[in-house]
Amino acid sequence: MDLEETLLPGVGVRYRLRTRSGEVLAIVLGREGGAEVAVYDRRDPDRARGVLRLEPDEVDAVAEVLGAPRLTQRFADLSREVPGLESGRFPIREGSRFAGRPLGDTRARTLTGCSIVAVVRDTDVVPSPGPGDLLHPGDVVVAIGSARGLADLERRLDEPA
Amino acid sequence: MEHVAQLLLELGLLFFGLSLIGLLARRLGLSSVPFVLLSALALGEGGIAPLTTSEPFIEAAAEVGVVLLLLALGLEFTAGELFASLRHHGPSGLVDLLLNAPPGFVAGLLLGLPWQGALALAGVTWISSSGIVARLLGDLGRLANRETPAVLSVLVLEDLAMALFLPLLAVALAGGGPATAAAGVALAAGAVGLALLAAQRQGHRLGRLLASDDDEQVLLRLMGLTLLVAGLAQAAGASAAVGAFLVGLALPATVADRARAVLGPLRDLFAAIFFVAFGLSTDPGAVLPVLPAVLLLALVTAATKVATGWFAARRDQVAVPGRLRAGTALVARGEFSVVIAGLAVAAGIPELGPVATGYVLVLAVAGPVLTRFTEPRAQRAGPRPPAPGRTAP
Repeated sequence: MDLEETLLPGVGVRYRLRTRSGEVLAIVLGREGGAEVAVYDRRDPDRARGVLRLEPDEVDAVAEVLGAPRLTQRFADLSREVPGLESGRFPIREGSRFAGRPLGDTRARTLTGCSIVAVVRDTDVVPSPGPGDLLHPGDVVVAIGSARGLADLERRLDEPA
Repeated sequence: MEHVAQLLLELGLLFFGLSLIGLLARRLGLSSVPFVLLSALALGEGGIAPLTTSEPFIEAAAEVGVVLLLLALGLEFTAGELFASLRHHGPSGLVDLLLNAPPGFVAGLLLGLPWQGALALAGVTWISSSGIVARLLGDLGRLANRETPAVLSVLVLEDLAMALFLPLLAVALAGGGPATAAAGVALAAGAVGLALLAAQRQGHRLGRLLASDDDEQVLLRLMGLTLLVAGLAQAAGASAAVGAFLVGLALPATVADRARAVLGPLRDLFAAIFFVAFGLSTDPGAVLPVLPAVLLLALVTAATKVATGWFAARRDQVAVPGRLRAGTALVARGEFSVVIAGLAVAAGIPELGPVATGYVLVLAVAGPVLTRFTEPRAQRAGPRPPAPGRTAP
């Protein structure tokens, strides 16, 4: 599998991926947070066809859907020590700007690169929470990502309302 | 008091008219620039409805329009994108210059313009409209295409070249000799380098100066800074537009995103006024006699742009259909051709006005139409909803 990254000046970044089934997939990430997903024409391999346009909030939703289960799985394997990947637990304090707001509002993946893999509420655990799940004061968010991303996320979750 | 009423009425009608023109252009899947120029030709001196009271305001606002257009241009790309474009597509940028500027220069001399006017016309034929092209690529769903990085790189290099060309032109128009012109370009090159370096090393400082939670504060500080630098550049004998471009270039990416969002509507408004002002200053009666020459020039420089795109796309190992798409996408000329012509007209070469107006009218319409024809048949009909990416003025 090879993922190729190309800069599109003034527009954003394009990723190209040749799947094992032989299709070439392209994802253009726009600077404003939107995205385009396309597959290439078989007759003209330079040309994108079937372009799918996603608004920024839709990009976040798709990223959560595709990313969260995968990362939960990896989280379970964490005993095998994935280098560079760390986990952290961050409380949602009373007065945090995200208390009472949906998880998607934190835009954790977009802004810090971290995945929120679970939310611990009292004795309950919500595994693989979706972007629509509400965060309550006192919740503990379990996230995985790089050390730096986790530090960013902690700071972000502590931002006052 | 009657004067104020007249002014407001004229401007109100003008903006309503611009809105209708924009709607029509969007419906046709074209840029509004040629339509605004055409309508403005019909107004003003020698036209059907003179805008007597609002003309001084329009002229002043047009100056701000140019400054905002160039500021937005500088905000469009980062130093990283610029260097990547130079590395991969430096030769494409050179081919672009060598193929597209000489036809304009020769045509200018043949049309009897002074050499400074011919130089301006060389710039008019050289620079593609990044606004029209970027929007076209989004509308036609071509952003993911393999030839698109080549097209965008050529646009970025042209945009950068504007920062060197405008001072050269300003010096030439002011009557400077080759030595002064070379000094002007060297100075501009130094300033561009300094601005890029500043963006990378000191960008956060400049960013802090402009950072505020309040949109109003961001807008006022940005406008203040830009107009000050533009004014200083103008006073120093370069062009105000270059100063504004440098401010846009020096802002770091984080601030630039915010600045683009805040500035967008204001840029659109003043840029529209600038196109109106340019159309107003052109005598519609003078366009018709130069039209055959303009059509020939448009034909030649459309072909040279196709060759440019072909060359750039081939460097990225794109096949023939993609090379054609890249070439035809670059044909459109628009806002920056008008900016260049506007400088020359303001400096006392009014004969360039009708030529540039006709030229932009033809290619701003023909370019997008031409590139639509390179799409497979089923894809051609109708414009699509706007895509992420740049917005056209």
